[in-house]
Amino acid sequence: MEFLYDIPVIGYLIQFVAYFITQLPTFARDVVAAATPIALGSMCGFMNERSGVVNIGIEGMMLTAAFVAWWTASLASQLVPNVPLGVMGITLPLLIGLLAAILAAMAVSAVHAWLSISVRADQIISGTIINIFAVGITGYLNLLISQQSPPSAGKFEALQLPSFLAEAPGIGWLIKALLGVGPIALTMLIMVIVLQVLLFRSRWGLRTRAVGEHPKAAETVGIDVIRLRYRNVILGGVFAGLGGAYLTIEFGSAFQGEMTAGRGFIALAALIFGRWTPLGAFGAALLFTTSTGLQRSIQFAPPEGALGDFLATLPSQFYSSLPYLITIIVLAGVVGRSLAPAAVGRPYERESKAA
Amino acid sequence: MIARSWRRMWLRRLQALVLLPAISILLALVIGAILMILSSPLISGFDLLLPLTAYRALAIGAFGSVNGLVGSLVNATPLLLAGLAVGIGFKGGLFNIGAQGQFLVGALTATIAAIALNAASPLVAIPVSLVAGMVGGLAWGFIPGFLKAFTGAHEVVTTIMLNFVAIYLVSWVISAPLRGTGPEVTFARTDAFVAAQLPILIGRNGHLAVLIAAVMVPIAWWLLYRSTTGFEIRTVGANPDAARNAGMHPRWITILTMSICGLLAGLAGAGEVLGEVGYMPASYGTTVGFDAIAVALLGRAHPVGILFAALLFGAMQQGAGLMQSQAEIPAQMVNVLQAVILFFLAAEIIVRRVFRVRTAGTGVSDELKTVAQSYGDQASR
Repeated sequence: MEFLYDIPVIGYLIQFVAYFITQLPTFARDVVAAATPIALGSMCGFMNERSGVVNIGIEGMMLTAAFVAWWTASLASQLVPNVPLGVMGITLPLLIGLLAAILAAMAVSAVHAWLSISVRADQIISGTIINIFAVGITGYLNLLISQQSPPSAGKFEALQLPSFLAEAPGIGWLIKALLGVGPIALTMLIMVIVLQVLLFRSRWGLRTRAVGEHPKAAETVGIDVIRLRYRNVILGGVFAGLGGAYLTIEFGSAFQGEMTAGRGFIALAALIFGRWTPLGAFGAALLFTTSTGLQRSIQFAPPEGALGDFLATLPSQFYSSLPYLITIIVLAGVVGRSLAPAAVGRPYERESKAA
Repeated sequence: MIARSWRRMWLRRLQALVLLPAISILLALVIGAILMILSSPLISGFDLLLPLTAYRALAIGAFGSVNGLVGSLVNATPLLLAGLAVGIGFKGGLFNIGAQGQFLVGALTATIAAIALNAASPLVAIPVSLVAGMVGGLAWGFIPGFLKAFTGAHEVVTTIMLNFVAIYLVSWVISAPLRGTGPEVTFARTDAFVAAQLPILIGRNGHLAVLIAAVMVPIAWWLLYRSTTGFEIRTVGANPDAARNAGMHPRWITILTMSICGLLAGLAGAGEVLGEVGYMPASYGTTVGFDAIAVALLGRAHPVGILFAALLFGAMQQGAGLMQSQAEIPAQMVNVLQAVILFFLAAEIIVRRVFRVRTAGTGVSDELKTVAQSYGDQASR
């Protein structure tokens, strides 16, 4: 194999790929952890856009949920017993926080649904409103609450895998990275598969796609467009709620103003990159976060020889911007014509009964 | 007869333009007051009069002194320029979420020119740096425009991506090649600008960019409503197919529109670092590009509307400081108020019904009919 490394340019590429494959097991866990909130945000967008509603408010929904999860869990930990229930560090306050986050994100989604479906306001404006409001209200309350230094309710723990799985030869690292995670990340994995199957194999999926592509045709065959859109948009909030809660009660255990840091927007990009499918969006989210893992790996265990020297000269900012550059290039080239659901962004108006 | 109905129509339009935003702002203040009262136990005990204290401080901070007034104008300046960058995009059927990145790159290229010309005469350094900022922003706007026109990559995604790339680009250039060496440099930033520092025209910090931004309003209006290019931009925005049939070139217009947007946002960035900050930090924390979306929406994508929206938001930012120190209301309350104003404008059908406003349709949705709807048919250009 070594002789391959001597080919000019391509040799470096082969060497890089080999390095990447050998290092992947060490940073796979970080990659999955970083991809989880993005994938959850994408699924929120998926539920919206597949039924014909644009949602650029994912960021705000996640931020709201992150705050509510943290605050409610903290309040609950002062009221109910804060003892672990056995698996994955689950405690009653954390569960209450998670539930509250989901409900909060559903409530925000309901506002989005009302504005975009009933009021027929511009859906991008509605999303913008949600983003601005979320930054304001969470920042406002966080500043007031943190003056009283509320107790932390802790966070969910990763699932302890049996050793025959975690140490399985060859793929143990992959199983550990994907399944040795907390309850929210596990839910994400299950839901990616469930939604993917439902979209293409269920009545709900068929109807949702019909409503997103051609609502008028859907209405003529008896589908209640308005109702389905409402239901899907509000259910989409569940995923934004999970994604937000993940940040404050599973990945970390504290809230900071504007802590979603653009994840909601990356989720939107992942959704489009993944061609409006849950599995594709999850893959895109993994791709986005891989370069961050790679950067750390190069920092701590650089490859040997000229390649290592070269990679070390690249500034860290280059690796940080890599996922965004790749997205632009891929969008322009490979999936340049990746088409959105045809009716996305258009409010639906029933034809009058008289007509 | 004709003259009378013509006058009545204008009166109605004016009413609609002023009345709905006024009602929205009033309702937002009411909701803000309720939120403040509800959260007052967290501040200093339950207090029904807290909103009055807060709003009084907000108003005095923004308008109560010359420095406050000038500060409001200075805050409004980048919002106005970036707001125009988003608004012109709306007119062209493009949703420019990238004003943030264009702002940063404009600030960066202006900085590069300003540092290079630090020993030159201000008469050279200032115009060159401002133009450099415009060119940088233009380039950052050109990319998504080009990608949209020739590959169909949707501008919402590409501009979001370019926003992130801009953050890292600025971080790299400022922390490595351009990092300052002077004694005042205690973190990753450039040296202070000497020659390219914009002159202060009025008050404590009323710098040249305020004037430039004000001049941009009639220019943008002329461009959009009195020039052939503007007509083409609006036609492509309303219906690219019709524009093509009429012999226009939607692809080139798309690129041109995004480039103009980038230029304006880049100018906003240049004006801000050269006039207000005085140096360029490696991590430039700003939300101007996103606030600009709200400004453009509140101003209904019309240059004059954007001017008033930017003034309102700028004044609120200026007053927030005094509100925080006098009433202990965190400055983020301003974001809440802005969001609620937009909410009522977006839900104008409801507001009209409740307040019985009967005026010609000049709502947000009419002006921006094309925005969200362009999302689905990206291949139609």
